[in-house]
Amino acid sequence: MNNNDSFEAVIGLEVHSQLLTKTKMFCSCPNIFGMEPNTAVCPVCLALPGALPVINFEGVKLAVKAALALNIGVNRKSLFARKNYFYPDLPKGYQISQYLDPVSSNGYLNIETDRGEKKIRINRLHIEEDAGKLIHIGNQSYVDLNRAGTPLVEIVSEPDINTASEAAAYLKALREILVYLGVSDGNMEEGSFRCDANVSVRRKGDPQLGTRAEVKNVNSFKFVEKAIEYEIERQIDVVLSGGKVIQETRLYDSKENITRSMRGKEEAHDYRYFEEPDLPPLILSEEFISEVKNSLTELPGVKRGRYVSEYKLTEYDAEVLTQDKDIAHYFEVLIKENGGRVEIKKLANWIINELLSELKAREGEGRSLIKAGDFLELITAVESGSINRNTGKIVLAEMLSSGKKAGEVIKEKNLAQVSDDKGIEEIIKQAIDENRKEFADLIGGKDKLFGFFVGEAMKKTKGKANPKKVNEILQKNIENYKSGRS
Amino acid sequence: MTDDLYRLTIGELGVLLKNKEATSKDILNSYIKRIKEADPKVSAYLYNDFEEAERNAEAADKIIASGGGFSPLTGIPLSIKDIFLIKGKKTTCASKILDNFISPYDSTVVRKLKENNYVFLGKTNLDEFAMGSSTENSAYKTTRNPYDLNRVPGGSSGGSAASVSADLCAGSFGTDTGGSVRQPAALCGVVGLKPTYGLISRYGIIAFSSSLDQAGVLSKDVTDAAIMLGAVAGFDEKDQTTRRFEVKDYAGIVKKADKSLMKGLRVGIPVEFFSEGLDPEIGSKISEIKALLKELGAYIVDISLPDTKYSVADYYIIATSEASSNLERYDGIRYGYRYKEEDGNGMQNLDGLYRKSREAGFGNEVKRRIILGTFALSAGYYDAYYKKASLVRKLIIKNYKDAFGKVDVIIGPTSPTPAFLIGEKTADPLSMYLSDIYTISVNLAYLPGLSMPVGTVKNPSKQGGVLPVGLQVISPWATEDRLLSFAKIIEDEVKFRENAGFRKLDI
Repeated sequence: MNNNDSFEAVIGLEVHSQLLTKTKMFCSCPNIFGMEPNTAVCPVCLALPGALPVINFEGVKLAVKAALALNIGVNRKSLFARKNYFYPDLPKGYQISQYLDPVSSNGYLNIETDRGEKKIRINRLHIEEDAGKLIHIGNQSYVDLNRAGTPLVEIVSEPDINTASEAAAYLKALREILVYLGVSDGNMEEGSFRCDANVSVRRKGDPQLGTRAEVKNVNSFKFVEKAIEYEIERQIDVVLSGGKVIQETRLYDSKENITRSMRGKEEAHDYRYFEEPDLPPLILSEEFISEVKNSLTELPGVKRGRYVSEYKLTEYDAEVLTQDKDIAHYFEVLIKENGGRVEIKKLANWIINELLSELKAREGEGRSLIKAGDFLELITAVESGSINRNTGKIVLAEMLSSGKKAGEVIKEKNLAQVSDDKGIEEIIKQAIDENRKEFADLIGGKDKLFGFFVGEAMKKTKGKANPKKVNEILQKNIENYKSGRS
Repeated sequence: MTDDLYRLTIGELGVLLKNKEATSKDILNSYIKRIKEADPKVSAYLYNDFEEAERNAEAADKIIASGGGFSPLTGIPLSIKDIFLIKGKKTTCASKILDNFISPYDSTVVRKLKENNYVFLGKTNLDEFAMGSSTENSAYKTTRNPYDLNRVPGGSSGGSAASVSADLCAGSFGTDTGGSVRQPAALCGVVGLKPTYGLISRYGIIAFSSSLDQAGVLSKDVTDAAIMLGAVAGFDEKDQTTRRFEVKDYAGIVKKADKSLMKGLRVGIPVEFFSEGLDPEIGSKISEIKALLKELGAYIVDISLPDTKYSVADYYIIATSEASSNLERYDGIRYGYRYKEEDGNGMQNLDGLYRKSREAGFGNEVKRRIILGTFALSAGYYDAYYKKASLVRKLIIKNYKDAFGKVDVIIGPTSPTPAFLIGEKTADPLSMYLSDIYTISVNLAYLPGLSMPVGTVKNPSKQGGVLPVGLQVISPWATEDRLLSFAKIIEDEVKFRENAGFRKLDI
């Protein structure tokens, strides 16, 4: 309907992510979701008179971890500031945040787009506390302060994003990193990972930025994309119809898929930021930073690349293996203990095809992995032919349930594969004797019957025969017969 | 003899308790009698809690009888400014907005006092939220100066100062943001100590201005100030602005203070503290002390603290800015006064609830400061006011640092005038603000300061009456030991408490 192609959107995202600390940012109340209202509270987070905040260093550590992973410079000295406004979910009447000197500034995140990799610069990452929650029932409003004071990081991107799908890709990449590092649970629906989008449009080639609107209340990846798409369209329509985009805050309505004006610039808060006098400057020592640096796990993107280049895995396999930090770690331990005996590709397949599906089937039972050494023993047993792959699956299931070692299970259940030539030779001979007619047909050219004889041999050994050996020996029998030596 | 126990100092009472010549109960009874007799005239207390006091005294007597866990404050009846939270007790900060507030927790100071088995006599009056210099801003009552009941006790710890001055307690804990311990101490003829910022925990003290507030002690003499400081000083994990200072045995150090220490001591006299506005009679009292110090062998050094002339202006930007934020929590939502529809109309929505609750809950001076501070922090004004004020504060800090390169202590008047008449300055906030002209810079510079009575001037409105004069002593950061020793030596020479000509109370 409009010539959208002549426009370009400029988008910056502000992400708020709760930190997975045990306690709140400035008091020792538990940081957990879902407790009875107003039970995880104390004088500090209730803002009783005389109460004072105390910095939770676990929160600082997680924030620094996130900053390092996002290539954001960690500032040795940063300041806490008060952001003042009145609202019933904000007990102190101000939020402790960081303003002029955040803990971390100037970084970037690479995202995948249709046109390849793109660098999104990050302006800053700072620490702040969350507000409580209002619950509206009928015409009454209730305040729950359990969430008040829980730690957050706010991550502000530069306006380097140009499309809704790029915004989603940025969010996804950001979330993946934070979840991987154990910094955040990344749960958008529960509100522990939230996003506001600053959106503006301009004609392509115009060096001036357009007036931006801030879109709030986008609480899923799908909605982020839809809300931004809608907002871009809306702004283009405004411009094309000769109007002007006004600077305002807009709320996304996911039911109708539109954004609505919430407040204009004139009604914008004056937060009266100033340095928080109850807290000293946050000074981070080199030791602290390098300690956090050392605790940093390899990020999924980096790991994926390494799996492809170093282990020669496919992109797909690398992706599956790195989705879960624990699984990736398990895979690497397996490689180490294996010491080159079994091909890495095979180890990867064992995890992807067998272990993960077994684990998935057991979801909810509380996952406990078998020791890497035990798993290797099983893999070796299969790869060397002492049991076949199907038996291997049964053994794996049993190992996961009982915690027993592969050898024990195989012995107990008498699952060892028959793979000695003589044993298999005999069984095949038996099968041929019992099925003379079919054998004659096979010799006569009915190749399909080859499978029939393999099946017979497997039946006789209750599946324990090494299929490769069965194939070999059956083939030999056929050839011998043909050459008249039988 | 037990009738007169209320006249004694903490140090003197401690000796009696230790020697089993009096019990805590005896001492308490003496104070209860004194309070019943004199407090109706002075109005130092917002409330007493004699039942609690009796329980405390009995507990203390048990401990003393058992011979264990005796500390210099065990069994000593003290009053507490109604700005410190005490679990289960009403804490109003002399504001209507906290009219119904019962604290669910103890401030760190009170926790430590309890650990020392002190006796809690009651909460003393103050200017609402500690904002004022006369205690006239209390929403509840007007406290009077024991030397002249028509005059103010100073403020904001006016109730505490009056309670010590009139022997309504053995000592009192107050707070000092711009002079709120020292100025009333001066006006009431008692010792007032504001320690280095960060020496005493602010946890559980209702905040006025976080970067300036510091708990302080009001006492009958310097030794008592040392005892009280020692009991409550020290790092607190609940207050990140407390420092890991070494808490010294202040009382022990003061005991050893000898006038030979004055020999060669360099005493700074800041020219700025003797400029216009200073009552000439107070000026001459301070000159007498100068002469005394010279006699004792000290060097008197004229110094300059050039930027302290900006202190009052600087203070009223920083303190009001912080206060405007600190007082946002009084919103009628969770505790304290909430405007009800029955109380009138106008509350249609959430904003109305805030407006009406705060309008009815806060007094005029508090509102004035909230407005000032809100303005100073507003977008577009921040740079011109708050930011500039922070820079001026740095200059003042540097002034003191430079001065303490030349001198060991600084002395001057605590207040430019003696106690003024009730109502004299209430219509003129600026002249009221100037009451703290000599004390404010000490808070801005985070330094320890002490006021001690060094004599009296004639009371112009009362035949034969006198009004006390306070000497202010300022020492470098975290040198309370030096400050207290210096004051003790002067006290031994001046003998204010022993001098009947000085101690002429109006009760």
